[in-house]
Amino acid sequence: MHERRTILPLRTGLLFLGPAALFIGAFILLPFFWIAGVSFTNRSLTGATAANPQFVGLQNYLKLFDLSTFMNPGQFGSSLVITGQFVFWSAIVGQAVLGLLLAWFFYRRTGWVKESVQTLAIVAWIIPDVVVAFAWNAFLDYDGGTLNWLFGLVGLHKVDWLLAMPLLSIVLFNAWRGSAFSMLLFSSALGSIPPSYLETADVAGAGPWQRLKDIILPLIRTHIVTDLILITLWTFNTFGPFLLTGGGPAFRTEVVSVLTYRMAFKYFDFGTGSALGMVMMLINLGFALVYLGLLRRQGGSR
Amino acid sequence: MKKRIIALFTLLVLGAIMSPAFSQSLNIICRCVAGGANSNQVAWLKEYVIPEFEKAHAGVSVTLNEFGGTDDALKQQYALDLSVGKGNDVMGFDGFWIPEFASGNLLKPLNAVAGSAVDGWEGWNHIAAGIQSILSYGGEIYGIANGTDVRMIFYRKDILAQAGVANADAWQPTSWADIADAAAKVLAAFPDSAPLQINAGTSMGEATTLQGYYMLLLGTGEEPFMDGKWVVRSQGILDTLNFYREIYVDHAYGSQRVQLVNDGRNQSFANFRDGKTAMLVEGDYFYRSVTPAGSEFAVENRDEVMGWAKMPSETPGAGIRGQDFVSASGGTGWVLNPNTANPQLAWEFLAFMNSQTAREVWMTYQPGIPARDDVAVPNNAFLTDTAAALLPLTVSRPNNDFYAKVSEQIQLMTENVVSGQMTPQQAMDAYAAAVTGIVGADATVDLLAH
Repeated sequence: MHERRTILPLRTGLLFLGPAALFIGAFILLPFFWIAGVSFTNRSLTGATAANPQFVGLQNYLKLFDLSTFMNPGQFGSSLVITGQFVFWSAIVGQAVLGLLLAWFFYRRTGWVKESVQTLAIVAWIIPDVVVAFAWNAFLDYDGGTLNWLFGLVGLHKVDWLLAMPLLSIVLFNAWRGSAFSMLLFSSALGSIPPSYLETADVAGAGPWQRLKDIILPLIRTHIVTDLILITLWTFNTFGPFLLTGGGPAFRTEVVSVLTYRMAFKYFDFGTGSALGMVMMLINLGFALVYLGLLRRQGGSR
Repeated sequence: MKKRIIALFTLLVLGAIMSPAFSQSLNIICRCVAGGANSNQVAWLKEYVIPEFEKAHAGVSVTLNEFGGTDDALKQQYALDLSVGKGNDVMGFDGFWIPEFASGNLLKPLNAVAGSAVDGWEGWNHIAAGIQSILSYGGEIYGIANGTDVRMIFYRKDILAQAGVANADAWQPTSWADIADAAAKVLAAFPDSAPLQINAGTSMGEATTLQGYYMLLLGTGEEPFMDGKWVVRSQGILDTLNFYREIYVDHAYGSQRVQLVNDGRNQSFANFRDGKTAMLVEGDYFYRSVTPAGSEFAVENRDEVMGWAKMPSETPGAGIRGQDFVSASGGTGWVLNPNTANPQLAWEFLAFMNSQTAREVWMTYQPGIPARDDVAVPNNAFLTDTAAALLPLTVSRPNNDFYAKVSEQIQLMTENVVSGQMTPQQAMDAYAAAVTGIVGADATVDLLAH
């Protein structure tokens, strides 16, 4: 038997690992198994099933995937479609593309324009959720909102943003909110490209589009994949839209996290809420596996 | 220096440990905010009840926690507090929450919390059985009601008169068609108005179920729960939903927007105050708490411009029990937290709040239909007239622990219709599926099945 050499003896290693393992166990693993268990019961917060929850097998899951109501407003299928649209438009198109454009635009530039735009993007990212929601509600309000006031100044009709275009509103909100992360990540990725590559391209007469397509994008591919997977996961799980629309009107902005909240904490139906949480976790796991697969393939191809 | 810090620390710890031995404290909570919702209650508690109680109980301090959120948010707070054995000692409670909290063991009957002192209370002899039952479940009493209420149409005499509605000073519709007719006239006279408000949608919560849906459904001769079964499909449900559709989708007699936005109920009050809405179905709460002079939605010159009418059945005689007019009642009150550290003291506070003297003082803050028979009905024409006209007609919600869940589905069904995303038939089918899932097929009945 060949024994592998390690920095620490096994026992000391375990000792160091102990505190972290304890925390992960108490705050992640235990709740996880608890929720997995609850998802097979009809446990609720009030009513007879609060005092005496019963095991109901897969019933909560079957209800979620009941095809006769699956796509009805306020049901899981419809919520999943809304979440998909929300993630695609606000995270992938909005945050990633906007972040990349900002990073690229300011690449190798200096001056107050860059400083102020980047600062504003970062401020949008770090303000607490509730404050941001307050500001956006004031911005989009039908009667006294800033946006409709601006529309009035240029002679356009008032738009009832949160009611007439709720999905667009939360997409814009989330894109605005999170672009800073992508911008920062892409800025640092661009910073790692050796300037000589681009200078050579300049000499060879490449235009900006060719430089982006043939030099920059291939070199920061790993960063792009990392960025996409992270913001996809975050956006998929975010509760932010709730602060703007509460999931309404008539469930048109009810993303899966808001649906879970409604089931568990408005209807007090912990069984269904937990089942939803489990399904969300599996979907997240799927994203993570795709991500790891992509990273591994890239690593292998180098 | 170090010694001093240690001494100070020890003193603090000692103080924290010892203080309960010297004094007792009570925490009470209600959906009430000074200058906001139910501000009369805050004034009564802070100016009278708490000072008097503290005077009579040396060393006791009572803290009022004013909750400014919605009813649903407060209910959520209660459920979460009680499920982990915490919460305020005395809690303002809506009667229809009792069944699900009681069956979930989150609340206990008053005499199980505070013992025999409860059974011997003098007040029980002065509160009618019907009013005691507002905060009861399974034959046990869980709290004491403030009183009961009735629901009706409030209307603006000035607007109806300007729109040419006949007899605008003493308007009394006798069918839904009469209401629609008046709404059409107001809309023709004021194209920007939203003449009629009958609550719908999920964001108004129970105010949709009781002020909106119930007031219509009762006029078709039905209730959601009849002969021990939940009605999941019926002509009455369809008629009700069709009328909603007529109001909010087909003719814009009412503002669809107000039903769908987050703070729609307050907007509906504002519309009535501003004369944008001429007819609004609400409880007497609207008169007592929402529109008096000095409040946020005070109607200017109220005695002149605001009237009330009985809610008509769909057609004369079509209502519940064959009635021409209908009304629905609920009631709020106070319960004891079973986890309270001072059950006796909490009960004494509750009993004092509901004593004859405290309730007489309450009537000076906010006249209403009193729970105690030894408290005089205030000399107030509105209250005596509505109580006399509507109490004989009124209907209460079922005392069933599935009610709150079914009520949420009712709100959802109305939202599906008034948002225009489902036809009444589709919305009723979705309701039937959801309610069957909640209460089980055995507890439902389909009145359209043959």
